[in-house]
This record gives sequence, C-alpha cells and structure tokens, in this order.
Amino acid sequence: MSTRHILLGLLASGPSHGYDLKRRHDERFPQARPLAYGQAYTTLQRLVRDGLAEIEGTDSDGGPERTMYRATDDGTRELARWAGEIAPPAPFVTNEIFAKVVVSILSGGDPAAYLRAQRTAHMERMRELTVVKSASGADLATVLSADFALNHLDADLRWMTTTAARLTTLTAEVDTA
Amino acid sequence: MSMGHNTAGPLLAGRALVKAHGRTEALRGASVELRAGEILAVTGASGSGKSTLVHCLSGIVRPDAGSVTYAGERLEELPEKRLSELRRTEFGVVFQFGQLIPELTALDNVALPLMLAGTGRAEARAAAGEWLERFGVRGQAESRPGELSGGQAQRAALARALVTGPRVVFADEPTGALDSLASEQVMSALVHTAREAGTAVLLITHDAQVAAYADREVQLRDGAVASLEVTA
Repeated sequence: MSTRHILLGLLASGPSHGYDLKRRHDERFPQARPLAYGQAYTTLQRLVRDGLAEIEGTDSDGGPERTMYRATDDGTRELARWAGEIAPPAPFVTNEIFAKVVVSILSGGDPAAYLRAQRTAHMERMRELTVVKSASGADLATVLSADFALNHLDADLRWMTTTAARLTTLTAEVDTA
Repeated sequence: MSMGHNTAGPLLAGRALVKAHGRTEALRGASVELRAGEILAVTGASGSGKSTLVHCLSGIVRPDAGSVTYAGERLEELPEKRLSELRRTEFGVVFQFGQLIPELTALDNVALPLMLAGTGRAEARAAAGEWLERFGVRGQAESRPGELSGGQAQRAALARALVTGPRVVFADEPTGALDSLASEQVMSALVHTAREAGTAVLLITHDAQVAAYADREVQLRDGAVASLEVTA
C-alpha cells in the first residue's frame, strides 16, 4: 500500500500537519495497521523533496508548534494518476496458509488438522468483524473495511474447504512431484 | 458472544441422530445442542445432512435412531397432537424461499399463524403490522408476495416465523436466493430481532459470511458433526 498516496489523498481536503494526518488515516482505514507518527513525518518530508507537497507554514493552536503541509499541483496530478491506475492482480501465490498446507504435506504433517484449526480462527475473526459491521451507528469507513476483510477471509475459507476435500489427491500429487 | 442466561443446559438437543432416505443415510449419528437465546449456525457441503437435521430437530420427521429433546420433552415419545402444538407455538420456520401464500398480502401472511391459533383478525393484523415494522417492511404490508423483492419477501417470512413468539426459529438457507446486500439486511434483521425477543435460532447455511452472524458454528460432514466450536 502506498502511504505517500494515501497522505496526498488526505491532504486533498486542505493543509494539515503530521499528527492530524496520522489521526485521520487511522479513522479512514479502521481495520488497517495504525500509521506510526514517525512514518507520517518521514513520508511528508519525501513528498516535499519530490515536489508533491510543500510547507504551508506553522500552526501552534495553543499547543506545540506544528509544520503544516499542503499538496502541490504536481502532487494533485500524481494522486489522480495513482488513484485511476489499475492494481495488477497478484501474479504469485505467496499466502502463508497455502505455504503451510504444502509444507505440511511435504513433511508428512497433518494438513487436515491444520485446516480445521485455521478455519476456527477465521470464523472467529469473521464473527468479530460482523459484530463491528452490524453495530448501530457504524460509519461507512468501518463498514467498508469490515466488508473488505470479511470477503477476503471468506475467500480463504472457500479455498480451505476445497483443499480439505481435495487433500487426498493433492497429497498424492505433491508426493510424486 | 453467548448470552448470560445460556448456562442452564440446552433448550433443544439432538443426540446420535440417524436418518436414512431410502438407502441413503442422511444423518449418521449427529449430535447438536441449542441453548436458549443462542444463534447457532449449522454449516456443511450439499448433501451433508443439514436439512435432514433441521427436519428431525423441528419434529417434522422422526429420526430412525437417536433422540430429540425440547425443553425436557422427548419429541419421539410425544403424540402427534402435542408435536403439532409444539411446532405451531414453540417453533418458527423459514426456508430459502419464504413460501409466503401468494394470494395474501404481506400483512395477512404474517397475521395468519396468529389467526390459526385463535387470535381475532383485527388483533392479529395489528400484531402482524408491528412485526413487519421490526423487519423494516411495514411499507410493503399491503403488497402481495409477487410484488416484493427477494429480501423484502424473506423479511416478511421472518416476521411470520416470529409473530407467534416461538422460542426457536429454524432458518434453512434463509439468504440462499439473495444477493450480498439483501442477505446482509435479512441477517441483521433476524439477529437483531431474535436477540431482542430472546429467541434461539438454528441457522442452516453454506455461506461463511452468513454463519458469522451466529454465536457459534457446527459443521456437518457426511451426516455427522465434523467439528464443534466452542466460543466465549
């Protein structure tokens, strides 16, 4: 994920400082890893270096003095370019669940038991996300991010169900490869 | 996320259930417990015995072996009259297609179970209106099933299943014919209303996103329970 483009996107609504951008990032992407303040600060410096943002001035607002940043015209164009650019569908399967199943087959482990345990963990997380999404007053950002996570977990689950059913055949194929 | 008053033992329990359709054994020793007020998902592939399990637990069919206990009563020992009474007053049922009566309005469909139980027409229609309101389809009260969207029809069917105040609702693939947003509306309405009313729900689904609305999940495989998750 491109933190610089996300910060440019947050700057689109007007000048802001690092702490505020970090706070708004965490609000807009509630299921994502929270943005570290240090990362917000270094990303802003790089945006300035590359001419995509510039320093607007400082703002103290009664507290410590903070540097305010705003997007440049180049920054706005770069944001529009990135936002419309197709994200290439993942060319390689690098998923940990997939790797564990294959390695487990290779090493004579018990992939079926692993898949059952993983399914339980996935279902538990899906229940948590469903509660988050269904809570009265859940905002759009929360619902969208919960939907995103639920659909990806669901895709994992469908693969795990199919794999559990295929396991006998799959084991024979990996054994003879 | 189970509720505090669920610790008194199961409200409904099927033990070692066996049921064959001709030569095909649909259930091979499945055991399932449903606690009062709990929402339990029963998942599994097609042909794993999910629907047969619901038919046995709801007293629609008698198992070949094993027992079903509801609130201390063994269903297989009950005379048909008492079984019918249980099904009418204690159990509500919803299927993949709501099976509303096409000639009746949504309101009259929901009022019908109350009228069959002896409630007067005006009172039954008033109660039906309240249940349609709870499921967000009061505005469709005078529409016939053919005029409702799939999601609206399922919400009306849920209102009909809950109008008599059952302690258990059996929902067999209630969102099976719906798109994801309509499915979400139906599930949210069902879970919210069941929790409010303290109704236990036995939810049959092959969809993990639907099963995630439940407190826990039982997976069926080849007519037996493959895993029994215990959640907090």
